[in-house]
Amino acid sequence: MVVIGLALVQVRDLFGVVMLSGLFTLTAAALYVVMDAVDVAFTEAAVGAGIATVLMLETLALTTGTEKVTRHRAMAPFVMVVVTGAVLIYGTLDMPRYGDPRAPIHHHVAPRYIGESGREVGVPNIVTSVLASYRGYDTLGEVTVIFTATAGVLALIGRSRRRRRQRQSGGGGEGAG
Amino acid sequence: MRGNVILRIAAKLLIPCILLFALYVQFHGDYGPGGGFQAGVIFGSGFILYALVVDIDSARRVVPAVVSRVALALGLLLYAGVGVAGLFLGGRYLNYSVLADVPTTGQHLGITLIELGVGITVAAAMVTVFYVFAGEER
Repeated sequence: MVVIGLALVQVRDLFGVVMLSGLFTLTAAALYVVMDAVDVAFTEAAVGAGIATVLMLETLALTTGTEKVTRHRAMAPFVMVVVTGAVLIYGTLDMPRYGDPRAPIHHHVAPRYIGESGREVGVPNIVTSVLASYRGYDTLGEVTVIFTATAGVLALIGRSRRRRRQRQSGGGGEGAG
Repeated sequence: MRGNVILRIAAKLLIPCILLFALYVQFHGDYGPGGGFQAGVIFGSGFILYALVVDIDSARRVVPAVVSRVALALGLLLYAGVGVAGLFLGGRYLNYSVLADVPTTGQHLGITLIELGVGITVAAAMVTVFYVFAGEER
């Protein structure tokens, strides 16, 4: 993933950038499978590598295929990125080791979910019962977010397109594009 | 991409499998990994593959933009509606245990329904966004 990330910075052809970012997400999905988070890997592969790549390609078709080369060297953003990265890595030092049974996350509500969900919900897949039943509100919120985001896209792009089509059919068809 | 025979034939073979797999993920989410989100995304991407490889206009004939927009709202309404149905049957909002005589059966029914709602909304969202972007080119 580090190699792909570095390549992403170097490549100027935006088509290549889109392909590389798809590859990046796919590698991340493989990483999730290694960490036994199959559900997350599933979503990552389908959304990140599939849909996002297609949408990026569509955007490329709408705009342009090459990146504008900027000459100036941006020092302040670089420093900011390094500092933020360092802080994030410093933050992970405090976290319990991966798979540590004494980690706080395994002692809060997880034992209850694992022990009781078979009796209370009766669905073999605990992930599903947590997502859909115990955390039903959260999932409803997520679906609402998706709905709102799509409605936003429609409002931003869909409307301007309709207006343009009206102008094309109504007026003399000047300068639509 | 009409002229690309290999791509078209391969996609034609793959698309039914992708859509079927999406339905499997949708309704098997109780037992294996997956659920509404994943199923919706897989279904949406299968359909988008069809639109990309075959023709966007024939894709629009299969699922008109109006249908995808209505489905977008319908999925969310189904989810929220299951919650309200629980409310009417004497439970709390989004408590599925009251939907059937046996609490676990009710939970099962509720989860299946809301996952279906999630799947419909996600798939419709993918297709809608794709349509909007694809329509811009002309």
